[in-house]
Amino acid sequence: MSKNKPKVAFYWCASCGGCEESIVDLAEDILKVVEAVDIVFWPVALDFKKKDVEAMEEGSIAVSFINGAVRLSEQEEMVKLLRKKSQLIVAHGACSHLGGIPGLGNFWNKETIFKRAYHTTPSTDNPQGTVPMEKSVVDGKELYLPRFYDTVYALDQVIDVDYYLPGCAPPRDLILNAVQAILQGKLPPKGSVLSPNKSLCDDCDRNETKPEKLTIKEVKRPWEIMLDPEKCFLAQGVICMGPATRTGCGERCIEANMPCRGCFGPTDQVLDQGAKFLSAFASILDTNDEKEIEKIVETIADPAGTFYRFSLPKSILRRRKMEAVK
Amino acid sequence: MNKRITIDPITRLEGHGKIEIFLDDKGDVERAFLQVPELRGFEQFAVGRPVEELPRITPRICGVCPTAHHMASTRCVDDVFHVEPTPTAKKLREFIYNTFMMEDHTLHFFFLGGPDFVVGPQAPAAERNILGVIGKVGLEIAGKVIRIRRECRDILNHLCGKVIHPVCGLPGGVSKGLDEEHRVQFLETAKFAVEFAQFALKIFDDVVLKNKEYVSVVLGDAYKMKTYYMGLVDSANKINFYDGHIRVVDPEGKEFAKFKPREYLNHVSEHVEPWSYIKFPFLKKVGWKGFVEGKESGVYRVAPLARLNASDGMATPLAQEHYDRMYKTLGGKPVHNTLAFHWARLIETLQAAETMVKFLEDKEITSPDIRKIPTEIPTEGVGVVEAPRGTLFHHYKTDEKGIVTEANLIVATINNAAAIAMSIEKAAKAFIKGGKISEGLLNMAEMAFRPYDPCHACGTHALPGDMPLVINIYDKDKELIKQLKR
Amino acid sequence: MSNGAFEPKLVGFLCNWCSYTGADLAGTARMIYAPNIRIIRVMCSGRVDPQFVLKAFAEGADGVLISGCHPGDCHYQEGNYKALRRAKLLSRMLEQFGIEKERFRLEWVSAAEGVKFQQVCNEFTEQIRKLGPLKMNGGKDEQKQA
Repeated sequence: MSKNKPKVAFYWCASCGGCEESIVDLAEDILKVVEAVDIVFWPVALDFKKKDVEAMEEGSIAVSFINGAVRLSEQEEMVKLLRKKSQLIVAHGACSHLGGIPGLGNFWNKETIFKRAYHTTPSTDNPQGTVPMEKSVVDGKELYLPRFYDTVYALDQVIDVDYYLPGCAPPRDLILNAVQAILQGKLPPKGSVLSPNKSLCDDCDRNETKPEKLTIKEVKRPWEIMLDPEKCFLAQGVICMGPATRTGCGERCIEANMPCRGCFGPTDQVLDQGAKFLSAFASILDTNDEKEIEKIVETIADPAGTFYRFSLPKSILRRRKMEAVK
Repeated sequence: MNKRITIDPITRLEGHGKIEIFLDDKGDVERAFLQVPELRGFEQFAVGRPVEELPRITPRICGVCPTAHHMASTRCVDDVFHVEPTPTAKKLREFIYNTFMMEDHTLHFFFLGGPDFVVGPQAPAAERNILGVIGKVGLEIAGKVIRIRRECRDILNHLCGKVIHPVCGLPGGVSKGLDEEHRVQFLETAKFAVEFAQFALKIFDDVVLKNKEYVSVVLGDAYKMKTYYMGLVDSANKINFYDGHIRVVDPEGKEFAKFKPREYLNHVSEHVEPWSYIKFPFLKKVGWKGFVEGKESGVYRVAPLARLNASDGMATPLAQEHYDRMYKTLGGKPVHNTLAFHWARLIETLQAAETMVKFLEDKEITSPDIRKIPTEIPTEGVGVVEAPRGTLFHHYKTDEKGIVTEANLIVATINNAAAIAMSIEKAAKAFIKGGKISEGLLNMAEMAFRPYDPCHACGTHALPGDMPLVINIYDKDKELIKQLKR
Repeated sequence: MSNGAFEPKLVGFLCNWCSYTGADLAGTARMIYAPNIRIIRVMCSGRVDPQFVLKAFAEGADGVLISGCHPGDCHYQEGNYKALRRAKLLSRMLEQFGIEKERFRLEWVSAAEGVKFQQVCNEFTEQIRKLGPLKMNGGKDEQKQA
């Protein structure tokens, strides 16, 4: 272990592991980078423990990449610890950047999630109504679990974050560029999202197929029509989050002929991705008649869950009102 | 004197996991618990979502096997809409799925489970990783492994948009077809995949099976467990990863149940414990008798060895040869030795590769007829596939507009939750006696659960790849008296 | 505050050319109406970004009003139609957040309709008073304080 190599750490919160996989996908390219750093903490692969991190000096880790949203007490503790010990924190992936898919839990709370998981799912056989407890005693032995929160948080709602690597999962080029920028000390201003500040439509191949005045007469769900592989989805009446989503992903979903769902989050100028998309989409509905507008709006299957698919915790409202969760 | 041993965290488990071991007064293991301290709530937040979006939401349960969730979800959505995909779409999906199985199994063998195995349980920790494997079998392998992984992932990127979180599944078909140019290109990869799988089996043969000491560990009692076994089979009871009936055999190998996905609730139930966020599935018709093995207990296992046990054979010829060989070597069906999961995994890799070739040689796979638009009112459906780590159940109910009202998921590794807990306890009991704890214990405990390849393997064992284990030993006053690290 | 009863906090986005002028008219005519509405002048109801509405709710508003020119009379031709379309979709989405439909309103108030403005304010205030405070907390309290 060379003393001169910058120390790097990786950690996962409420995560699927896709961001870890995205690091592995760099395998061949990152070998040189790996040689240039010392990985001091990576629970999924290495044997360093929380205690080892606690023993480190403050600021001794050059950069920590943290993926996953925060929804357990253990995750909150760990990210706060890493913040103390790291010079830079990078929120890696949509979950730490915006809350991600686990953020959809913000339409619910601990009680409803537990009720579903441990009582009402049809395969669950739980006549005594057992639920996981923070502390339980089995045969006289005490066992502990971390506390499950009612609300899911993006990383910067818990600690100070220096940079964001967007995407679900971030594409390899983006990660590589970010890592190289860090190693060379050529970073943009603190708080930057490490992907160009334009919307997806700017880079999308289908942009040219948008008519001069784009209007939507009928909203179609992706399963309702044959999707034209070359035409702009909005022009086909299919909701595509492209206008409200930052570019940098290579339009991978579009190329598989499926509309964008916004995993890169908004551009710099936008506070709330879902509201911005709502604004843009509603503006192009092709009618001025109140009743007709109502009719079209009714066909939009799940406005909040679609417009905030990845960004619910970072939205202005953050979550469904607690008293309204049943 | 009561002692408590905490192993925290263990790795290569969905997110996080820890093991607590309790010693009795004699210093022998009284109980061991595998706790999974993680829950996100997919079964609840799926509610209110349009059902056709679930194939894009549920892969976020796992970034290592997202294709498994995507496929199970897509098939479930087909069922919800009462629509059959077009023949070409079916072939494309099954081709995609086998490509994914091939890649995922390969990853596990070379980067995760394999190293322990190939380099041996007694080898120094520093060698038990991919570098040790390369040292043992040659640098050429590293190149082949990286190549096959990259090429398979390129196929998935092309057809599914993203290999991490695919998007192509729709009720009645897929969103993107395959053109002739790519069919030819991918066929090259598929043929190489067959070669590679055979090559991996040969490594296994040379390095593992020819090592008598290792074979004896495989056959030993510490890692043996008699349970029921579950897997998907086709109409001839041969293994199929993508479609078919779910078949269960008892610890003696006799067929116990065979059912369609929609009937799963008659057969599978989940048990809850207060000390873990995950649930413990068991066979409903046998009942939950606790964390015990045997015919009277409803505990069952899934994933490679279980699939081979639950089937009457492999669906492809080259894999079948290896299937026969494995059972002959290990003393007939069913095989209860947990470490044989690694062998079974490689045999499945070969079937997946052969199946890739089969679909690519079928000209219909380039047809543009890849979607059928559903016409029925959506109601309820079940989709089941075999994820690399086990049988995966997706079950959705919707309103008449196709908005999800209820979701139920039984996720691959979870089927093995009880078995993994029991394997750990069994290994702990075998190796910790009289209060003596040693480095060897750490090793052996790892080996008890890694064959199951608990979901969420990250893959790089290429770094100082030990499994992180710290054992804290506290005396009855909760003072830390000893700590073993590795 | 009167007798400790709940006093709704209302925010109103009023378009410059019609509604704001209408509100002014109510003022200069010395009309009495519920003082609960805090007015923000915008050039057009079509200027109102849904983010403003969400921010108002997040920061403690119990009700939000957008008021613009009558359909066909928009100073900028189409702006109020945009507001109408957005408002309909926003209303649906707010319900998913647990915010009742009644808390968000779109009204057309012309420059001459001081009386209408008075009526809207009174009605809206009473309606929200009955509904009660919104208490949109956003999960801010749950984390431990560092």
